Amino acid sequence: MNIVMAIIKPFKLDEVRKALGEVGVEGLTVTEVKGYGRQKGHTEIYRGTEYAINFLPKVKIEVAVSTDLTEKVVEAITGAARTDQIGDGKIFVYDLKQAVRIRTGESGADAL
Amino acid sequence: MSYKIKLIMSVTGAAMLASTPALAQDAAPDAAFVFNTLLFLMGGFLVMFMAAGFAMLEAGLVRSKNVSMQCLKNIGLYSVAGLMFWVCGYSLMYSGVGDNGGWFGTPVPYSWPEAGATNEGDYSVASDWFFQMVFCAATASIVSGTIAERIKLWPFIIFTAILTGIFYPISGSWQWGGGWLSEMGFSDFAGSTIVHSVGGWAALTGAIILGARSGKYTDDGRVVPMPGSSIPLATLGTFILWLGWFGFNGGSQLAFGDNANASDVSRIFVNTNLAAAGGVVVSMILMQVVYKKVDVTMALNGALAGLVSITAEPLAPTPLLAIIIGGIGGVIVVFAVPMLDKFKIDDVVGAIPVHLIAGIWGTLAVPITNSSASFGTQIVGILAYGVFTVVASAILWTILKMTIGIRASEEEEALGLDKAEVGVEAYPEFT
Repeated sequence: MNIVMAIIKPFKLDEVRKALGEVGVEGLTVTEVKGYGRQKGHTEIYRGTEYAINFLPKVKIEVAVSTDLTEKVVEAITGAARTDQIGDGKIFVYDLKQAVRIRTGESGADAL
Repeated sequence: MSYKIKLIMSVTGAAMLASTPALAQDAAPDAAFVFNTLLFLMGGFLVMFMAAGFAMLEAGLVRSKNVSMQCLKNIGLYSVAGLMFWVCGYSLMYSGVGDNGGWFGTPVPYSWPEAGATNEGDYSVASDWFFQMVFCAATASIVSGTIAERIKLWPFIIFTAILTGIFYPISGSWQWGGGWLSEMGFSDFAGSTIVHSVGGWAALTGAIILGARSGKYTDDGRVVPMPGSSIPLATLGTFILWLGWFGFNGGSQLAFGDNANASDVSRIFVNTNLAAAGGVVVSMILMQVVYKKVDVTMALNGALAGLVSITAEPLAPTPLLAIIIGGIGGVIVVFAVPMLDKFKIDDVVGAIPVHLIAGIWGTLAVPITNSSASFGTQIVGILAYGVFTVVASAILWTILKMTIGIRASEEEEALGLDKAEVGVEAYPEFT
């Protein structure tokens, strides 16, 4: 099992959720985050003083998936979140040791 | 239709004259008394609501961790001003100023004719007290915005009590109490200097003695913006102040009992509106040209600067001159706000450009349209109010600083005054 964690542009969230649903993902966790990367920030102005916004708003999604589904999930996110502009985000995949569904006590891939 | 009404009125008028001449003679002065009093009461409650305008403007321009405190200070200062103006303020400003050489009145708690009694004079005594009291409160409101987000509650309240009970009434007596400046021919119709620049001088002195909010100016000379928590609230506050200004300037005609006075009050209304509109449009255009972005808070300040600019003489200017006088207020805002930051004077809401600098400009502009005023006397008045208010405020701020302390600790400031002193957060459901 793996966790696929992706940082994406906020306005792409709905398209990504739809694409994940189409490849068989049944649940995901979403967090609003801020980040700093190659996109850098932008400047704003308040009462005559310019200032830099270094951290840009992004959305972090986390999906727990079985090993055989991992590649498809990564492809689905890449396809749905891409705008070809700088700042589209990144995807990280890491090992998942255990998963438990609290209501039933099922564990492993059955709990996903 | 109107002809018919006129006819009926003239007939009844003639009948009254014929049957009861004494009653008819009483009716005319009573009508003027009633309308003058109505002007004071309506002008007064409009200016009273400017307290709400200041509260909303300031609540919107401070950060969310200090919003409760700003609301508390505003309702507190309005109430303290209302009490102090009764305790000694009104009489210090208006009673027997001539007997004291034109420098101050005789301070005693003020009293009105008892219930049911008719009043002598051209208007009700209590309506005048009420109208003057709300002007006094407006002066204190100006101070609270500049020194927001770092001054402790109680020293601010004590300062307000002395400002509204002693400082403002003493300097106010020089002009509106019939004192030495009015003898000299100084002209300030509704208080560009007497109210606005006095509040501005007290605010400036406070800002310098108190120091900037921590983190506002970095060691390497950068200015760190601290954007306000709510632009809609700041906008609402500005509109409320604009509305209140019709009472502020219109009511200062002090009479509404005949055709000429009612016409002048109306003229003041339209000039006041034109000047505010001029202030907004000029500041918007300048922001676009200079900064390429039209910061809404500068447009809000532009409205208020336009209003303050026209306050010294809202009656005499032609419409075009009213727009120009207000528009220059808008210019002042766009250039004075960043200039204060260069001097590291931290004015949270822009009250110093709006009330002090535009107040001075408005007072200087009076002789342009009012031939009975002179530039020399206007400058004497501006300097007199400036020197007195700066010296008196500096002494009081310094005493407060050395005794109970005026500044919240660095930790309290970082935490926010809402948590540190009020115990109530303005927005508790956002964490």
